[in-house]
Amino acid sequence: MSGNFAPGDAVKVISTHPPGHRRTPYYIRGKTGEIERVCGEFANPEELAYGFDGLPKKTLYRVRFKQKHVWADYAGLETDTVDVDIYEHWLLPA
Amino acid sequence: MADERGTHDHDHDHNHDHDHDLTFQPNIEDGEPGRYELMTYAIRELVMEKGHLTPEELRAAQEKVESLQKSDGAKIIAKAWTDPEFKQRLLEDGNAALAEVGVDAGAAKMTVVENTDDVQNVVVCTLCSCYPRAVLGMPPDWYRSKSYRSRVVIEPRKVLSEFGTDVPDDMTVRVHDSLADLRYLVIPRRPEGTEGWSEEQLAAIVTRDTMVGVANPSVS
Repeated sequence: MSGNFAPGDAVKVISTHPPGHRRTPYYIRGKTGEIERVCGEFANPEELAYGFDGLPKKTLYRVRFKQKHVWADYAGLETDTVDVDIYEHWLLPA
Repeated sequence: MADERGTHDHDHDHNHDHDHDLTFQPNIEDGEPGRYELMTYAIRELVMEKGHLTPEELRAAQEKVESLQKSDGAKIIAKAWTDPEFKQRLLEDGNAALAEVGVDAGAAKMTVVENTDDVQNVVVCTLCSCYPRAVLGMPPDWYRSKSYRSRVVIEPRKVLSEFGTDVPDDMTVRVHDSLADLRYLVIPRRPEGTEGWSEEQLAAIVTRDTMVGVANPSVS
């Protein structure tokens, strides 16, 4: 399975709050960022955590978010970013 | 992640609030074992009993992790500073470049980021304590603290200043939240005044915290 996104693509993190061992932090859910790089395919840690094999592998991305977008009263530069590694099933085109 | 939790890795702080009341050196076992410690002991016993892991295998694994305290990070950074092609390879494929110098970064994807005149990078794991242990050894207590993990992503400039690192107003701060399968290593800026230094000399000024990005190397 190859990834759906390429560097530079705008993506939105889905805003959902399922129970379980999730590797997407709350603060970034629902936020919009840009694919910084494609990191490759990895067994899904959300499945591995419960003893499943994590297959099929999922594509992992590094997504870059502007801090001013993530935090309403962020004190810093427009160019400040937070880069978060996010699995494809958490991302939608934006 | 299971392997990110040592037996004492609870969310509360053992040492900071009450040490001054003690008149003796506490033993690590002095406290009542917590729920997670008891669970760890129970699981360890079960795993041994069922033959999945021998005591020797456990000991050897612990020894390996703990002996990593002497980190390879500084020599890797010194090499990157003096060998631009190696630095480029590190930035492009951290695992492969580390393997060149005999460091096995394991299954995690080593992601190497570079501090420049315009950018300061800083690394955190807001969910637990993901840390490039293969390169830097065990994470410092502050890295695992709730305070660092929750604050550095929201107010990185303030947190960095509390570490004594004032980021200039025109320098971009990039926070890297290391959550699942990536592990980060920061290549610090090589300070002025180190021209012509040997790799050994350079390695001596590269400390752990400069490779996490909360400090910058300096020539004293």
